Formats: sequence, structure tokens, C-alpha cells
Amino acid sequence: MIGLGLPRGFLITLKNFVRPPVTEQYPDRHVGLLGAAKEAGMNPVHFLFKRPGDSIKAIAGLATVPVAVTQSSRFRGNEFTFYEDRCTACASCAKYCPLGIIEIASVPGQIDAQEGESYKLEVFDIDIGRCMFCGLCVEACPYDALHMGTDFERSKYVRDELVITKEELFAAPKRPSAFYRPQFEEKRFDPFQETIDDYHNAGRHERPSDEELKRKWVDER
Amino acid sequence: MPEAFLDNSLWRNIYCVLAGDSSTCAARDYSSGFFPAGMEWLAFLVSAAIIIFLIVNAVLGGVIVLIWGERRLFGRFQSRTGPNRWGPFGTLTSVADAVKTMFKEDLVPAEADKILFNLAPVLIAAPALTVFAIIPWGVGTYVADLNIGVLFIMAITSLTTLSVLTAAWSSANRIAILSALRSVALLISYEIPMALALVGVIMLAGSMSLGDIIAAQGIPFIIVQPLAFFVFFIAAMAEMARAPFDLTEAESELAAGYLNDYASMKFGLFFLAEFMAEISTAAIVTTLFLSGWKGFDPIPSHFWFGAKLIFVLFVIIWFRMTLPRLRVDQVLKFAWKGLFELTMINIIVTAVLLAILPNPSTSELWIMAAINWPVAIISIWGVSKLLGTAPYSHPQPDPNAPSYPVGSESIPTDAVLGAEPSNAANQAPQAQQEGGN
Amino acid sequence: MAVKTQPVTVNLGPQHPSTHGVFRMRVMFDGEEIVDVEPVFGYLHRGSEKLAEERTYTQIVTLTDRMDYVSSMLNNQAYILAVEKLAGIEPSPRGVWLRMIAGELQRIASHLVATGFLLQDLGALGTPLIYSMRERENILDLFEMLCGARITNSYLRPGGVFMDAPGEFWPALDRGLDDIVRSIDDLETYLSGNEIVFSRTKGTAVLPQELLINASITGPMLRASGVDWDLRHRAPYDYYDRISFERKLHTASDNYARYWVRVQEARESVNIIRQCIDQIEPGPVRPSFDDVPRLIRPPSGDAYAAIEGSKGELGFYLVSDGGIAPYRMHVRSSSLINLTLLRDMLIGGQFGDLFVTFGSVDLNMGEVDR
Repeated sequence: MIGLGLPRGFLITLKNFVRPPVTEQYPDRHVGLLGAAKEAGMNPVHFLFKRPGDSIKAIAGLATVPVAVTQSSRFRGNEFTFYEDRCTACASCAKYCPLGIIEIASVPGQIDAQEGESYKLEVFDIDIGRCMFCGLCVEACPYDALHMGTDFERSKYVRDELVITKEELFAAPKRPSAFYRPQFEEKRFDPFQETIDDYHNAGRHERPSDEELKRKWVDER
Repeated sequence: MPEAFLDNSLWRNIYCVLAGDSSTCAARDYSSGFFPAGMEWLAFLVSAAIIIFLIVNAVLGGVIVLIWGERRLFGRFQSRTGPNRWGPFGTLTSVADAVKTMFKEDLVPAEADKILFNLAPVLIAAPALTVFAIIPWGVGTYVADLNIGVLFIMAITSLTTLSVLTAAWSSANRIAILSALRSVALLISYEIPMALALVGVIMLAGSMSLGDIIAAQGIPFIIVQPLAFFVFFIAAMAEMARAPFDLTEAESELAAGYLNDYASMKFGLFFLAEFMAEISTAAIVTTLFLSGWKGFDPIPSHFWFGAKLIFVLFVIIWFRMTLPRLRVDQVLKFAWKGLFELTMINIIVTAVLLAILPNPSTSELWIMAAINWPVAIISIWGVSKLLGTAPYSHPQPDPNAPSYPVGSESIPTDAVLGAEPSNAANQAPQAQQEGGN
Repeated sequence: MAVKTQPVTVNLGPQHPSTHGVFRMRVMFDGEEIVDVEPVFGYLHRGSEKLAEERTYTQIVTLTDRMDYVSSMLNNQAYILAVEKLAGIEPSPRGVWLRMIAGELQRIASHLVATGFLLQDLGALGTPLIYSMRERENILDLFEMLCGARITNSYLRPGGVFMDAPGEFWPALDRGLDDIVRSIDDLETYLSGNEIVFSRTKGTAVLPQELLINASITGPMLRASGVDWDLRHRAPYDYYDRISFERKLHTASDNYARYWVRVQEARESVNIIRQCIDQIEPGPVRPSFDDVPRLIRPPSGDAYAAIEGSKGELGFYLVSDGGIAPYRMHVRSSSLINLTLLRDMLIGGQFGDLFVTFGSVDLNMGEVDR
């Protein structure tokens, strides 16, 4: 029963004991003196004399540093980014949603009447409480108006508050995920650091060439 | 006055501050006489109460620290950080847990035997605390140095199982009963190797008193008695019902075993008792095998004891973290067929050595150690061979059992091992046979 | 003298900590010996197969994620193969390579989970579990790079995958594979030679080869009994016929053999992924929407496609009536079928081995109940 296998196991656990932990602390991280000095951008000795109060806190293990957990830029967070100007109220997203949680209503917008009327969005509600963040709505959007967002702190006390309304989508900071949007990856956009407020900068994930458009709209018709 | 109890400096000091007993406190110049003459008995009782208060609170504080330390160490062994939110480095986590436990609803199952159900937590906490009465924490720092100290430890620690059985029986829960029966089986099996392992130590020291055993350790007995230490340590782990012997709690099998129906502070008391048992076991191992509070001179004895205690606790936690649990029959087999033989070998070897070298001096202890280590290694190797090669009879399916609708003749022959596969692009299958140990 | 005792019936689950989800067993014990077991299913039934009848073929991908939630990429793969067969879709080569890489990564992750939880059931207080979960996290990070989700991936689409892997994926994959090999080495040093693991798992819950074949058990459970049956080799799907890999077999057919086969297969998956990386070719990752529209209307008919999932043969049977949603979907879930031998494995065994044996089946309640 007792052989070399058990001691080897003890060595493996001891190896992991001396390894630094892999825990990602969130929303803040406890730091020691060295970590606090690094955060303040000073060397530890300097820090100790310049800010003795903070140093004592850090030595006592009470100093915390906020942590921004970064995901991959394709991360499908539990909110959406929406560019109103691009939306034609075609309701593709609502049709492709497997759960039917996108409610969309539009009225004739009286804009660009000579070029074929464009529609104005009246209601655009996404029921996040039932959403499974599969991203099919984003994939279906033909004009890149809807993007997955990257935020993930949307816990609420009441279920009704989980419905994202049109107004909320307009007001939210625009941090679109690169999910199904290769143009963001091409320009190395990091949604956790920056925002894209103007839809002109958001780009299109597949811009059809002129020949293709001609084939589609002139030749085939 | 019962002089026997006052041979301990801690108690004597407190007593002498309180009472003006010139006969007992002759050597002291601060015999204050706080209590009038004739009231020495009251001073004696009050000083005893003070000591009990000190020890109990020290132990409970130790438990709080141990729970925190254990969780931190668990975290480190598992590449985590462990609790670090409450207080500096998470030290207040256990305090917060204790407060939470106290404020939880105290649930009693409807079919429980109420009296026993409420009695069991007390029954388990009291003996766990009592053990600390005889542990010498430093030079002269103990409540009592019983001349049957080792026997006292064995007797008191066995009581735990009684309260486990009480808890399981009174909560009228089948899983709890299974757990309690496992606990009893563990106790009966491991009490014997544990006691026999200590026989070697007692023979060397010539006394059962912990003070005498520490005094006899010119070199720590772990060096002189490696086999006894090995057996005692494993048996003590089993007595604590800690991994790899946590059969009574066995979270993956019995959920929490006998603790299933306990909530609130009753659960807290079981929890406390478990951790107190861990501290007391570590303290006993330190005292019996690591020469207790002995150390180099400039550093005080209490520090030595504490350092050794923490080291033993670390090893216990390391064991807990590394080893999977053994099955009941294997645990019992291990005790009766493995540890029992080892203790017998140890007793015989020690007896022979003591017959040759009675009343060994420190250098003679080194000679004994030199003989004991090869004996220990050879006998552990031999016993492990015996245990490892013993065939374990596992349930074989009955060949005459009714067959399934599809008969075995319909197995595609090329699918069975050894035949050539149809797809030549892939490599030939290889039977991977793993050899036994 | 034999002590005569009365058997006692104990209800284990569905809230038991180690039933791998919500599973219930009514177990009759005689002392520590198991006399009778009655499994009770259905606590995680969500009606996935029925739900699929009201979803388009692309939307069903999201349902398959949630069946076996520790190997969703493989579920996606099996389902997509069935759709491609049904609708006659020619997949894009790069998409196929990508889904093979994703599937093999998922197989490693799933085997790591199985190993970790097996050891957790052995009572190792979480240490091996957390070691294997730590490595699984790295794989999930790779998935997040690929498709933006860690567990419910929905990465595959009919004809390929929805998006090519980002540039930083490939170096991360290389690093990840090295880490996986190193961690499997560690795990094996820790556990494969561990005498307690040995004595706990060797010779327990032995199943004869005939019984396994007759009960149509597949996957590592079958291979642990020495039957060389791996769909990647027997009926190669995707591009597995261009890959050479070693199939790991064991003959003991006990809990240890099942554990061992899983660990070795995880190791072998690393080799498969390395070959995929060598052979992957540039190009589109899915056919253009002219060839495969978002709304597929397969011709009337049926199709069955199966892959070698992490737990055994995972098959999807689809019936189409020419509409946008399948008329019927059936899942051949390996977890459920592997569980049918539970009584044969458990009865006569010890209580302490109950959950170890249960864990060695490597079942996932999401897939059992669907």
C-alpha cells in the first residue's frame, strides 16, 4: 500500500503550494507593500517615507487595488451596444432570436421619403432576464447596428429591470464586442479600454463590393 | 491544600497572588494575602477558575486562528488565495463565520430525540477541551501533570465517538447512522495501534506523565522511535476523522454524515470540537515525539512549543490536502493488518534495546535511533508489500446471469481487441496494460 | 458467526453533493454493501428535443450547448454534422479544421472535469479537482477567444464556424497545449501512481466486454474494456481520416481503467490538435450565404450523424418535412445509455465506491435528462 506514489503526490502538492495562486480577484485585489508601491508608481522605500499611512495599511494587508478583469475582445457580455442611426427596423434580430425576447415596433419615419421610406424605431426592448447571449441577433443584423456589449455586471433586484429599453441602449456607453464583427479586430479595438460613440467609426463587417451589388441589384432583377 | 496540584508554576503563581498561604508560597515574596487566612480553599478554586478560563479561551482563539490558517493553506495548496477579504489577510473571516453560525436558525428535526440531540454537541465539545488540561505548553505551563497522562489522553479522546453516536442516533437519520457506525469501527480499530504505538515511548521514558516523557527526550523521540511516530501519526489522523480517514463526514458519500441535521451553534460546537481535536492531536504529537517545549536556550520554551505545533498542524493539513479517502474496509484492514504489526515490531525491538541499554543516556538514544531506523524502513516496506499483494476480492458479475437481448455472438469480431482494424490509415491498436504496484 | 442485519434504504440525491447534477438513487444497503439501486431520472429535463421542433436549424445550435454543458463544442459538432448531412451542405475546409480543434480542446476539458470529479468522489478534498479545473480554465479562455463564450459556445454553424480564429489564438493555443501536457504529467504523477487511488479504483465495478457491447455502451467506458471502438477511427467524420492518432485501450474494465483511458485520451487529443494546426488551410470558415442561407430548408427526409463525444457516441437524428424547423430531433446521448449499466456496476459493491463508480461513468445530467 505504501510505495513511492504517495510521496510523489506530496511533492506535487508542495510544488503547487509554492506556486503563485491563479485566483483572479475581483473587483479589487489585496496588495502588500510592494504591490501598493508599484500601483503608486514609486519604489517601495520611497513609498514608505512619502506615504507612511498607506504603507502601514499595505503592510497590514488592508490595501486594495481595483482590478479590471479583461476578457477577450469577442466576449459576449450581458448587454448590447446599439447604433440607432444604422437601424432600419428590419426586425431581423427579433426573427433570429431563438427565444423571441426582442420586442420591436416601428412606424413610418417620414424621412428620406423619395428614396423609399425608412422606418422609425418605436420600441426596442431586449429581455435580458431570458437572454442566453448566443449572439444570433447580432449575427443577423444586416447593417451592423446591433452589437454584443462587453459589460457583465447587470444584476438587478427586480426581474422587470432586466429589460433593456431603447432609451437605455442609446444612453449606454458604446463598448461593442468584436463578436461577429471582424472589423473591430482588424483595427485592434479593445472594448474594455475605449468606446466607439460614432457609428461611422464602427465599420461594417462585410462591405459588399460594387460588382457584387451590381450583380445582386441590377443583373438579377 | 492539595499540594499535588500546585506543583505547577502557572497555577502556583496565580494562587500565591491571591492567597496569603506562606507554607505553599514560601519561595515567593509576593504572597499577597488577598484572601484572608483560612480562605485558601477559595483562593485555590478561584485560581483554578482563572486558569480554566485562560486555557479555554486560548484554545478557542487557537481554533479561530486555525480555521483561518487552514483555509489559507488549503487555498495555497490548491493554487488559490484562500479567504482574504475580512480584516488583514482575511484573519477576521472565522470571526465572521462564527457570528453567522450563532445567528442562524436552530433547527431540530421533528423526529429527533430532543434531549440527546441537544446533549450531543456538549458531549463532543467537553472532552475535546478536557484534553488540554494535561498538555504542557511551556516550562511549568500546564493545568495538571497527571502521572497517567498518556492513558488520560487515550481515554478522553475516545469519548468523541460516543457523542458522534449520540448525535447520529438522536437525529433519526439513516445517513447519520451509517456515519456513526463508521466512526465506531474507526475508533475500535485505531485505538489499539495508537495505544500500542505509545508503549514504545512509555518504555523509553519509564513514565506515563507527559512531563517525564518530555524530560526523557534527550533527543526527540521521532528520531528514536520512527515506527511509533509513523503509526501514532496515522492513527491520530484516523481518530480525528480527518482526511484520508474522514469516513464519518465523507462529504462525497454521506454529505456530512452525523452532522446532517445539525444547524446553527450546535453545528458550530461540532465544528469547534473537530478543530480542537486537531490542535490537541498536534500538541500531543509535539509533546510525545518532538520533545515538547524543549529547544535552544535564548528562545523561550513556549515559542518552541508553538513552532513545533504549527509545523505538525501544517503536516496534518498537507496530508488532508493530498490524499484521497480510503474505503471503510481498507481503513480497517490497514489498521489491523498494517499498523498493528508495525507496533508489535516496534515494541519488541524497543524492549530488546532497553534490555541491553537500560536507562539510556543521550548517546545511547542515538545508538537506538541508528538501529530503529533501518528496522522501521524494512518493516514498513515489508508490511506495505504484504498489504499490497493481498488480493482484494471485488464483486464479479455472475456469469449465469440472464443475458441481454443481443447475444454475445453478434459482437463484430474486428471490434474486439487484438483484431486488425479495417482502416489501414490508422495505427494498429495497442492494448495498454497498466501494471500493478 | 455471520451477523444478520436488515437492509436499509437510503435516498441519495437529488440534492446530494456528488451526484454530478441532480440525480437520485434509491439505494438499499446491507451494512456497507449495496444490495439494490434504483436510479430516478428527470430532475433536469428541459425538453430540448421538443423545443427543437420550434426552432430553425441555426437556432438549435444554442440548445445543443445546454445538453452536455461540459462539452458543448462536441454537441455542436454532432448536431452540425447531422444538419449538413440532412441538407447536403458542403462545409468549408477551414471551418472543419477549426471545429475539429475546438472539439478536441473540448474533449480535453471534459476529460479533465471527469478526472477531477472522479478524484473528488474519491474524497481528495478538492485538490485534484481544482488542479484539473485550473487547466480547464485555460481551455475555456481559448474558447472565449474563439467565440466569446466559455461554456455555452454556439460556435459552430452549418457549413463551418461563424468566425475565424483571431490572430492571438494560435500562439495562445500553442502555449496552452504545452501547459496541458505539463499538467497532465503532473496529474498522472500525483494520481496514477497513488496507492490510495489504486486500491480504491482497481478491481471495482468491473464490467465484462459482452455486457458493455450488448448494452451499447460507447466511449471511454467501452475502450476501458478492450474494445477498439472509436468513431473517429471507425467511421471518420470531418477530417479525422487525415489524422493519425493512437487509440488508448485498457483491458481491466474497472474504475481505474476508465480513469486511465480518459487521461490518455486527453493526452492523445493534444497530438490531434497539433496535427490539425499543421494541416489547417486558409480560406473562408463557412460557405457564403448564397450557398448556405441563414434559414435552411432541408429537403424532406431524415439524417443521423454521430461523433465520438467525450462520453461516447453522441448522435443527432433529424427528421425534416421541408420546413425551416426539424419535424423531430432525437439525441442519442451517451450519458444516458452509459448509465443503463449502473445497477450492474453498483450492486454488490461498497458504499464508499458508489459515487466513485457513478463518477467513472462520466455522465452529465444535462445530457441524461436533456
